[in-house]
Amino acid sequence: MRMINSFLVMIALLASSCILSEPLMTFSSSLNQTRFQSLTQELRCPKCQNQDLADSQSGIAKDLRTQIHFMIEQGKTDQEIVDYMVARYGNFVLYRPKYSAVTSVLWMGPVAFLVIGLMVFVFVVCRNKKRRMGETS
Amino acid sequence: MIPEIGHFALILALFFSLCLAVVPLIGYWQKNPTLLYTARPLTFLMSFFVLVSFLVLAFAFMTDDFSVMYVSQNSNSHLPIWYKFSAIWGGHEGSLLLWVLILSGWSSAVALKIHTLPKDVGPVVLSVLGIVSLGFLSFMLFTSSPFVRLMPEIPTDGRDLNPLLQDIGLIIHPPMLYMGYVGFSVAFAFAIAALITGNLNSSWARWTRPWTSLSWAFLTLGITLGSWWAYYELGWGGWWFWDPVENASFMPWLAGTALVHSLAVTEKRGVFKSWTVLLAIFTFSLSLLGTFLVRSGVLTSVHAFAADPTRGIYILALLIVLIGGSLLLYGFRAGQVRGSATFGMTGREAWLLLNNILLTVLTLTVLLGTLYPLIFEVLGLGRISVGAPYFNTVFSPIALLLIVFMAVGPLSKWHKTKASVLLKACLFAALLSIVLAGAVSYVNSLGSLAWLTLSVAFWAVLLTFKDWFDKVSAGTKGIIPRARQLPRNYYGMMLAHLGMVVTLIGILLVSTSSYESTLKLSPGESVSFAGYEFHFDGISHVEGPNYIADSGEISVSKQGRFVTLLTPEKRFYSASRQVMTEAGLDAGFTRDLYVSLGEKLEGDAWSVRIYVKAFVRWIWLGGLMMMCGGLLSALDKRYSTKVRGNNA
Amino acid sequence: MRKWVLFLPLIVFIGLGIVLYKQLGANPEYMPSALIGKPVPDFTLVTLQADKVLDQSSLPKSAYLLNFWATWCPTCEEEHAYLNQLANQGVPIVGIDYKDDQKKAQQWLSIKSNPYQLVLMDELGKFGVDMGVTGAPETFIVNTKGIIVYRYQGAMDDVVWQKIKGYLQ
Repeated sequence: MRMINSFLVMIALLASSCILSEPLMTFSSSLNQTRFQSLTQELRCPKCQNQDLADSQSGIAKDLRTQIHFMIEQGKTDQEIVDYMVARYGNFVLYRPKYSAVTSVLWMGPVAFLVIGLMVFVFVVCRNKKRRMGETS
Repeated sequence: MIPEIGHFALILALFFSLCLAVVPLIGYWQKNPTLLYTARPLTFLMSFFVLVSFLVLAFAFMTDDFSVMYVSQNSNSHLPIWYKFSAIWGGHEGSLLLWVLILSGWSSAVALKIHTLPKDVGPVVLSVLGIVSLGFLSFMLFTSSPFVRLMPEIPTDGRDLNPLLQDIGLIIHPPMLYMGYVGFSVAFAFAIAALITGNLNSSWARWTRPWTSLSWAFLTLGITLGSWWAYYELGWGGWWFWDPVENASFMPWLAGTALVHSLAVTEKRGVFKSWTVLLAIFTFSLSLLGTFLVRSGVLTSVHAFAADPTRGIYILALLIVLIGGSLLLYGFRAGQVRGSATFGMTGREAWLLLNNILLTVLTLTVLLGTLYPLIFEVLGLGRISVGAPYFNTVFSPIALLLIVFMAVGPLSKWHKTKASVLLKACLFAALLSIVLAGAVSYVNSLGSLAWLTLSVAFWAVLLTFKDWFDKVSAGTKGIIPRARQLPRNYYGMMLAHLGMVVTLIGILLVSTSSYESTLKLSPGESVSFAGYEFHFDGISHVEGPNYIADSGEISVSKQGRFVTLLTPEKRFYSASRQVMTEAGLDAGFTRDLYVSLGEKLEGDAWSVRIYVKAFVRWIWLGGLMMMCGGLLSALDKRYSTKVRGNNA
Repeated sequence: MRKWVLFLPLIVFIGLGIVLYKQLGANPEYMPSALIGKPVPDFTLVTLQADKVLDQSSLPKSAYLLNFWATWCPTCEEEHAYLNQLANQGVPIVGIDYKDDQKKAQQWLSIKSNPYQLVLMDELGKFGVDMGVTGAPETFIVNTKGIIVYRYQGAMDDVVWQKIKGYLQ
């Protein structure tokens, strides 16, 4: 009897180890899963101090993750989902600010720095060359 | 009674810092050697009293003196002893005291080495450091003394240290970070002293270099530790978030990196003098700005201290006096400093200039992104967020460009290099690295972006070793004696450059070859994931010294072979009533297994996040290599010899 | 010319100083609602008390407050007494029971007395998302034209109300 019992326990153990877990969110395609991951990293949790939707454990972030998952599976485009969020929570939720007149400085700034920097480089090197010519002559 | 001693020691320290800030400068203008001489003892006195007050605060923490408000807010009788110690810098007031203590430490170190400086420069340097100390000591005494008492109602127990900070990483991270931040005050003081005395020659750069390299090494370590801490402690497996507070430490690092390089040019060739001085001011200003951003409450961040507008005003005033004052001085005096030497387009000077420009562009980019939301709001345009997606987009290409040039600089010679030689070496390395990287990316089916990045990494490694090989194989002596003859400075550079590449590879691979998944797991269930089998054995109840926790047990196996047992925890800290996620992780050279518990779902199921992070350790390994590189070059023999006279 | 360049860093820094000064004391947590100036979004929700399905048309025609609350939220408990006071002064308040349990919510109102003209249940928080709500409590002011004119996050009290009651018209 005891042998049978332990045998049953063993079978149960074996069986249990074969139970595969289910993912919390199922996606119809791996593309959708990738889209979900990148969208939740682009959007800021509106309540948190400074976290994206993917990382935040707050209630609102969970709701919004569910909403994004739902919209992706519904066949909404990324742009539609982003617009949906902005309409409700404002531009604040975008970690990558939209390009516009008021964010042009933000987006063009680094390019401008780089151009100015390279101009300075050329200027300094040329001035040096001129001075060196003067030295050798 | 004892806390009052600490407070009184602070007042004395303030008094001596005031003397230090004034007396030697008067001595300098009156050419009075006696007054100049006071700088050294005054520095030691100030430092001594700061140390006393720090020790008093430490004593208050160790003895659970909850009559001290700061202790009662940041400690608890059940807190383990080592956290009681690190709780000293767990809040605003105490961390400021640590700031000042480290500043005193650096000042004293300069004072000990003062004999290597000209008689009139050393005291001025100490005096400038005294001004900075004066600013921070008065800030602490007037707005944020850690010795304020809660009388007569003494709380029976403290509110406990923020659980996020109860961690080994946080015991060492802030001191290292501050060592770096504050260390740049020495370079700053040297720069200001140079502007005041007009004594700006290549020996000036030689005095400044080891201090700067040393602070840079500490800051590198501090940032590396911070990143590592965030990775395992914040529970979501990221290692860098472009959070404003992280940026606040990253900007001085970028500027400091530029400074380390431009000091090399100024020392060796006597060019870019006024630029180097400006960079020294800029680097320390960014440290101060970081302090302001973290403590004034203008930003939202996971790491910011509790806000208080009066403190904000005080630091801002301090910022304006220190930075504004030094920039004003710079505007008036820098015109007199001009480099006389010249260099060619292919000389090392030109490459280092390019390095400086790119690093400055990177610094300004981070500054712009960090401050843009503030500027936006001040202009009444509403609130926006600038986060990781923005920074990754604009920062990465420029940084990659920088690494491309990083490898070329050492190959070139001062003044001018034969273009054909340089071109030949570069072309060969470029071809080889593109092919190699292509093969690696193809085998591991990585994208074209990974190919590009890997090419840059290989290119940098190839050229770095080629340069070393050229140097040791030239001449008649054997390779080993020549290799030993190369200065520590050179090996420091090599190590730091290679560290940069290691970090780059880590960053690349962790972003391209990692796996993550959020699952619902019940005890007994298992999941196959990225070649590993994760089996959820169950959940047990654990009691820590000041928390209770649900501890999950997840055994990991690979192809039927047991790998490790991970124990992620969900902790509840009873005194502060906070829930904390403690990740379960298994570190490895090529991959980390990382599991964190989400929330409890219906039944006994839990939501579990599983990550397999490829090469994530490389990011910090590279950081450590860079730090060692910085230390090594700070210890170069050239700096330890006494400087004689002023050889301009 | 060259002289002027040397003062450039100072000028930039002064500009930065002004920005930082202006930002001092501002509340970095404050977030304006994206719905200001827009009508209350469409909904169909069930009432807490009577299990009736209602939509837009059931909202008051006068200006009113729209208050998100829940029994799980301690701050809501804090502001409840003040909401009762406002209701007694004749301020119309519509309550949205946000992601809550119906039984508990009914009990809560019967114990603490009910300041709301109408209470709708937003069990899944869908309407909350449409309103851009990030938690509870949040209070919106809707004017006579049905347009949202103000949003306040946090506990309502007398200090806050004196500042914002002008919007209610």
